[in-house]
Amino acid sequence: MKVESRLLVGVALFFLVTGVGYWFWSYEQSGTVMLIGAVLLGMVPGGYYLWWSQRMKPRPEDRPDGTLEEGAGVIGAFPGSSIWPFVMAMGLFSCALAAVFGLWLLAPGFAAVFFAAIGYTVESRRGGTV
Amino acid sequence: MTLLQQRPPAGAGDHPEHAEHHDEPTFIVKWLTSTDHKVIGINYMVTAIVMFYLSGVMALAMRVQLSSPSGVGMSLQTYNELFTMHGSLMLYLFAGPFAFGGLANYIVPMQVGAPDMAFPRLNAFSYWLYLTGSITMLLGFLTSTGAAAFGWVAYAPLSTSTYSPGPGADLWIISLFLTGFSAVFTGVNLVATIFYLRAPGMTMWRMPIFTWNMLVTALLILIAFPVLTAAMVFLWTDRHLGTHIYTVAGGGVPVLYQNLFWFFGHPEVYILALPYFGIATEIIPVFSRKPVFGYKGLVFATLAIAALSTGVWAHHMFTTGTVLLPFFSLLSLLIAVPTGVKFFNWIGTMWRGQISFKTPMLFCVGFLLAFLMGGLTGVMLASPPIDFATHDTYFVVAHFHQVLFGTAVFAGFAGFYFWYPKMFGRMLHDGLGKAHFWTMFVGFWLTYLPQYVLGLHGMPRRIATYPSGLGWTALNMASTVGSFIIGASFLIMLVNLWVSWRRPVPAGDNPWDGHALEWFASSPPVHHNFEKLPPIRSERPTWDFNHPDARTIPHGRHAEHELVGAGASAARGDDTTGA
Repeated sequence: MKVESRLLVGVALFFLVTGVGYWFWSYEQSGTVMLIGAVLLGMVPGGYYLWWSQRMKPRPEDRPDGTLEEGAGVIGAFPGSSIWPFVMAMGLFSCALAAVFGLWLLAPGFAAVFFAAIGYTVESRRGGTV
Repeated sequence: MTLLQQRPPAGAGDHPEHAEHHDEPTFIVKWLTSTDHKVIGINYMVTAIVMFYLSGVMALAMRVQLSSPSGVGMSLQTYNELFTMHGSLMLYLFAGPFAFGGLANYIVPMQVGAPDMAFPRLNAFSYWLYLTGSITMLLGFLTSTGAAAFGWVAYAPLSTSTYSPGPGADLWIISLFLTGFSAVFTGVNLVATIFYLRAPGMTMWRMPIFTWNMLVTALLILIAFPVLTAAMVFLWTDRHLGTHIYTVAGGGVPVLYQNLFWFFGHPEVYILALPYFGIATEIIPVFSRKPVFGYKGLVFATLAIAALSTGVWAHHMFTTGTVLLPFFSLLSLLIAVPTGVKFFNWIGTMWRGQISFKTPMLFCVGFLLAFLMGGLTGVMLASPPIDFATHDTYFVVAHFHQVLFGTAVFAGFAGFYFWYPKMFGRMLHDGLGKAHFWTMFVGFWLTYLPQYVLGLHGMPRRIATYPSGLGWTALNMASTVGSFIIGASFLIMLVNLWVSWRRPVPAGDNPWDGHALEWFASSPPVHHNFEKLPPIRSERPTWDFNHPDARTIPHGRHAEHELVGAGASAARGDDTTGA
């Protein structure tokens, strides 16, 4: 986890230096704001990882001598095939088209997103359909 | 000794009643419901290649129009629509999704030894957003006022409702909204996969460079795409809700759009380039039969390119007169340094290797040449005096086509030829592949070299007709002929696919003697990828496994750690044959 956290904190530090330099050289607001956003993007997850990496034992994938035996067991829960991503995307598609062709498209859009959200949740509890 | 360790299938044990009872769904249901990263990756690639062909046909239509000064009678509106959609399709719907959605989806989980992406359903959702976004953009052609016609950058105020009325422009805007979310979700998914699903022993410093580049690209996407989405939302509210964010009349700032757009747009160039650098870095060592030269140098060069690329956005805006020239020029010129490091490492990898010029390697060499030319003219354009003279001329057109063609097409199809056997378990015909390469290579230079000259002669971008007395005609004709040669080369690729479909030549699991973990899986890989994994003791575990007696000479600060893997006994000199 240490390398990952250093990577993200490094992102934050780079943009901090660039952002400060850019602001005092140009006094241009939009670019500075975006660079600050980039600092946060590195800082928030990077700080979290940094905090954890000090407190956890290195995982088998963090150690050059990690062996496959150490990683045996459940890797994670992977859902099987599911129709809900498709339904949700069609709902969002419909909502997006509402911005062009008329607000009535929001109705089927929201309905699909709503049903897909329920479908996702129920499916997670069941642990996938395949 | 036990070289192989079983990793039980994911999900087994946790939900035994649901694990691994496949009634393989039929084709259409499988396509609609699959959350397998391999199926989604192939979906991405197929969609992206369809977009590539569509966009290529648009390019050919434009080249026909430009082959003579007065054109062939295409209306100006149609021409504007075509170059807008050509650029948008290529940049948003082909180059990014092909590598970052398609190849990364397929290859990255396998290279880190994972059974799937971290969030398989989010992954499927990303694909569907990408597909619907693509359809949305193309829907513009079906509206009565036509597709968007304001260029792929959609500068305000040209893209406001005053100058670009009609639903085509709106469809373009929300299409970027949908595909932008798709890219962000894929980015989150890849970062989580790389951080949490690596196999034991696969430290960050042993990940293949392709995976490293995808990680860095994902971070760039997370920095850049939200800004684009925000810019598009502002543009939409300007068009429909009467806000005046980009219009001077209401107190807005048009150049804000350019700032927002290029803060996305320049990292986007590297979002399109870094994955393809990764592909080249995977292929060159395999076909040079050497480990990659300067692994850490390549990683740090990638990080440096990515970092610098977010600080150079306004070099696209030099001529607006509102940007800090020295800052942006300095950072733009600096990018040449890490890129040069990469070139050095690629050449160092080939140096004294046993190079076999199979199709993927040929495409990679083509990539090096094309990107070198595009990159060098990019360094020229980073200098404000040259940029002022050549801005919005064909010099810039030739520059970015060489950069993007070099990466997305040369390196992209190198990756396609390289991993096709893994994905489908059958080979592509090497002779036809080489014919594809050489035709495309000739067409590529014939198309774009004349455009540099045209640009230096002052031919502006985005014109459908031009005066006949300026000496531009012959060069334009040459460029048109070149573009048709490129078009022909892609027909050869279709023939190749057809041949491989009708007369399959089985590929075996590891046809190229590959290095990374994906070549350890079967071709095509089983559900959840791996029945077993080799020990991971270097950045090329599959090669170590297949060549246990190879002498590897560890070097550097961590040489002690490197001495524990397969091949280590030989390297230590105690020839006890570990296998």
